[in-house]
Amino acid sequence: MQTKDETQESGFLQKPIARLSFLKYAGASMAAAGLLMAGCKKDSGTTTDDGINLGSGDVGILNYAYALEQLEAAFYTQVIATPYFGMSSAELAILGDLKKHEIAHRDFFKAAIGTAAIPSLVMNFTSIDFNNRASVLATAKAFEDLGVSAYNGAGKLIVDVNYLLLAGKIVSVEARHAAAIRDLINPGSADFSGDDVIVGGLDGAKTPLQVLSIASAYLTTKLNANNLPTS
Amino acid sequence: MNLLKMIESIGDLKSDPKAPQSRRESLLNLGGIGKDLALAAVPVGILMALPETSKAKNGSVQTIVDVLNFALTLEYLEEEFYTMGIASGVIPAIDLTIFNQIKKHESIHVSFLQTTITTLGGTAVAKPTFDFTAQGAFSPFSIYADFLALSQGFEDTGVRAYKGQAGNLMSDNAVLTAALQIHSVEARHASQVRRLRAKNGLDAGNKGWISGSSRGSMPSATQPIYDGEDNFIQGGVSVTTITSVPLSSIQEAFDEPLTSSQTLAIAGLFIV
Repeated sequence: MQTKDETQESGFLQKPIARLSFLKYAGASMAAAGLLMAGCKKDSGTTTDDGINLGSGDVGILNYAYALEQLEAAFYTQVIATPYFGMSSAELAILGDLKKHEIAHRDFFKAAIGTAAIPSLVMNFTSIDFNNRASVLATAKAFEDLGVSAYNGAGKLIVDVNYLLLAGKIVSVEARHAAAIRDLINPGSADFSGDDVIVGGLDGAKTPLQVLSIASAYLTTKLNANNLPTS
Repeated sequence: MNLLKMIESIGDLKSDPKAPQSRRESLLNLGGIGKDLALAAVPVGILMALPETSKAKNGSVQTIVDVLNFALTLEYLEEEFYTMGIASGVIPAIDLTIFNQIKKHESIHVSFLQTTITTLGGTAVAKPTFDFTAQGAFSPFSIYADFLALSQGFEDTGVRAYKGQAGNLMSDNAVLTAALQIHSVEARHASQVRRLRAKNGLDAGNKGWISGSSRGSMPSATQPIYDGEDNFIQGGVSVTTITSVPLSSIQEAFDEPLTSSQTLAIAGLFIV
């Protein structure tokens, strides 16, 4: 059950006034549907030996997305801070755009989740050679493809249709990124939508556990996804 | 079963209070396309019968079938467009790899949706008759710039159309996931074609992502594809107030949905 305390610790999507404007924006007759997140529990963001708890329900999924956006934003911030040798102006423009998009996503989730948000994560980029074009672009490709498959796989776990739409608004931008990075690596080829990632006409869809097992290689902070929905 | 029969089977459009308004808007949005074309009858039923946007978790199987038939119609359009484009010789050899890959995906999407509809007990809508010249407004199979412009338009429309229907599929996890998996493939296509247009010198500033509500150098008739993409209010909050990222990047960072009737106003131009 939702308690008053839990409401107060939530982000702008849960505040009464914002809720009104959200309803107005959505144009939906959802007053009875209840935008307050049923899964919003105090345990999200807390740290134990098992790592930082992402939480449960929709807030858990939002924290999961927030973690991935933190990873991407930190990566591209480093890419732009220390450009690899020979970065062309066209590549700089694309990578600079990606940095800004991922920061926008990250900051949006942080504000949306409010105090139920997990803290800022500590990254582990030791496996990436930021001076090397191939290393940077290969990592970008991996992160973008991972992000696409993460959102695609998380869609069915979301209860609130408004959050599903938000995930949809973001995932297609990640897919646009993935195609552009893949085309930088192998220009003019079929790789933008390559057979290595599009199988049977369908893009990837991974469970949070599958995604986090890959992402954890780049995270010093340990994440605990035990309370995330699985169906 | 043809499209018009399908319309009849879905129901009377007049029962949809939004239909007249939407159709009027679609007429106002046609831009450079001639009035005669704007008034041409478009098969509205299958598209207009859909819920405008998705609100209900309790979608019926019929709703899901309707959404999938809507998607199938768009995939028919894309598949035929690329099949004809590749056969016409309008595509330079250096770009054929890209369009063969896109065409391959659209063909698979057609058969995938047909199979899924049948599996759900529905009837897949028949392929409409398409006019990719939009009554003479475009020459996509003799002018490469026109082909690329329509390709970008169809892909960007597809992304927005799938996004707008995701919520209508929430009651079926398998279908929802598959639709999302198609949605991101369309986004990859869109990114590639957008950048290809820049590479071909047709739209120097064109990025893989949509900037504001700009159609770039695309024909004015394509503006409805981009209207609303300049939104920066997400979850009821102006994202400009919670990040240091500039407005233009915020607008690029979130793609926006289209309703079924908005999609109709675009795709209907190419359906005879």
